[in-house]
Amino acid sequence: MDRYRNDSRALERLIEPDRVHRDVYTDPEIFQLEMERLWSRTWIYVGHTSQVREPGDFITLDIAAKPVICVRHTDGSIRLLMNRCAHKGTKVVGDLAGNAGKTFRCPYHAWTYRTDGTLINIPLKGGYEGTQLHQTAAVGGLTQIRTVEEYRGFIFARLSETGIGFREYFGDSLSSIDNLVDRSPEGELELAGGCLRFLHNCNWKMFVENLNDTMHPMIAHASSAGVAKKLWEGKPADAPKPMAIEQIVPFASDYKFFDDMGVRVYAHGHSFSGVNFSIHSSYSTVPEYEAAMKRAYGEERARQILGTVRHNTVYYPSLTIKGAIQSIRVARPLAADKTLIESWTFRLKGAPDALLQRTVTYNRLINSPMSVVGHDDLHCYRAIQEGLAASGNEWVNLHRNFDPAELGARELTANGTSDISMRNQFRAWREFMTA
Amino acid sequence: MSARPTIADIVRFVKHEARLIDEKRYDEWYELFTDDAHYWVPAVHGQTDPLLQNSLAYEDKLLLKLRIERLKSPLAYSQRPASRCLHVLQESDIEKADHERGEYVTRTPFIYTETRVDDSQRYAATAWHTLVWSGDRLRIRLKRVDILNCDAMLPSIQLFL
Repeated sequence: MDRYRNDSRALERLIEPDRVHRDVYTDPEIFQLEMERLWSRTWIYVGHTSQVREPGDFITLDIAAKPVICVRHTDGSIRLLMNRCAHKGTKVVGDLAGNAGKTFRCPYHAWTYRTDGTLINIPLKGGYEGTQLHQTAAVGGLTQIRTVEEYRGFIFARLSETGIGFREYFGDSLSSIDNLVDRSPEGELELAGGCLRFLHNCNWKMFVENLNDTMHPMIAHASSAGVAKKLWEGKPADAPKPMAIEQIVPFASDYKFFDDMGVRVYAHGHSFSGVNFSIHSSYSTVPEYEAAMKRAYGEERARQILGTVRHNTVYYPSLTIKGAIQSIRVARPLAADKTLIESWTFRLKGAPDALLQRTVTYNRLINSPMSVVGHDDLHCYRAIQEGLAASGNEWVNLHRNFDPAELGARELTANGTSDISMRNQFRAWREFMTA
Repeated sequence: MSARPTIADIVRFVKHEARLIDEKRYDEWYELFTDDAHYWVPAVHGQTDPLLQNSLAYEDKLLLKLRIERLKSPLAYSQRPASRCLHVLQESDIEKADHERGEYVTRTPFIYTETRVDDSQRYAATAWHTLVWSGDRLRIRLKRVDILNCDAMLPSIQLFL
């Protein structure tokens, strides 16, 4: 331990322009530093406003391995509080979601707080007279994280009090969230259909990198998408295509398809593939929905919104979204080799249920712990986690289509099979780990 | 051929169904399902909607076929080495017997173990079979499996509960 904490040169040496050292995936100290630095200094996805609609509505979760409460305060604002009683450290809220009314009360000794964290009651307060209690952090109540931003319903937080601003951090990558929200005829989303919680026994970065790794689907998914393709082969061209076939088979597309898809990267690690089209481009249309979109936006704008069919957008490091299919996957790191992936689905307000059914179907087929596509991927992530213990080569290469001219660029578009999205993520990693 | 199945027939059928999975006789297992059948593993306790609510699995026969064919594929690396499973069943209760329509619903609590070399997962679950009698044999129209901790974060579950 402590090989890296006080040695930023050692950390920098892990990241070269076109390759990274294995320790970034396997070392527990690196994981700990990632939580303290990368995951605390950057903007992390918390949740969606539809989860905390009314005053008192809350959700609880861990961010950077710290327990937090996200709550709609009495004044309508969204607050993020550490889920830790100012008294003895008890986690104040145990429920994953609910409505607190106007106060949180600790289950142990009834210290009570407003939904902005202010301490309002301590039983038998007189016992503290003449003590030093009022000079400690305890009187501040539940620690509040003040750097919280909402963007079109998506709530993000930066745990560090100081650091990069929200807009500067995400820049034009926010256009993927715009496209997702614009796909609602009413311009509003709500989480619907619940959440799939898939435990990955691998480092969080393997999952995040994989989303814009377009060299793997035709290989890793040959057993799932490849078999689906075979099952459907020979069916007449006008046979109604089941939704499952429509969604799984494109994973078996060839190298040219994925290369032509294109990938775009932005400063601070963000990226999306599917600049030109994606595996979601050929889904059958839902006429009732398209009509609603045209009514809401006009023909031209509606075509533009629905014609933007991005594959995966990575809001580094925590959030990945699929606008075209209205689902998001959230990485919640638990240990160097353990990550929870939450997959959520959205209802597009003003759209028919067929759209929600489509995203729920996709989510189940691709992101469930019982997904055959998921089994393919997770097998490979785990195989990396184990393979990296080998000796003789301590480096993971990211050389594909590397061009020194990409260093320092704020935004770049490249061929879809380039490793540029991964190199771009590690540049951000180095920036925030050594800041 | 009898006009209706006996309780013993139904209980035996449910046991046989689990045994086919455990023995990896998937093609025979597949034939137990009606053409319009579903295999459903909800993601939340008490889930009522398989279409607008996320499930761990909700498979029609096409998707069951895909799963079965994938398990046979040498390219299914997540099955190299292969997983094994065992169902330990409590005796089924007949929850509903509609002899008129030839429809029967059974409830079968069970313990499911799935292993892959050094990894082992164990679940407590309840299987709900909706069976139809077609004059000479029982078939499954719906097999619903409620895993006790279906809303927990779960690792890859690769075979059939």
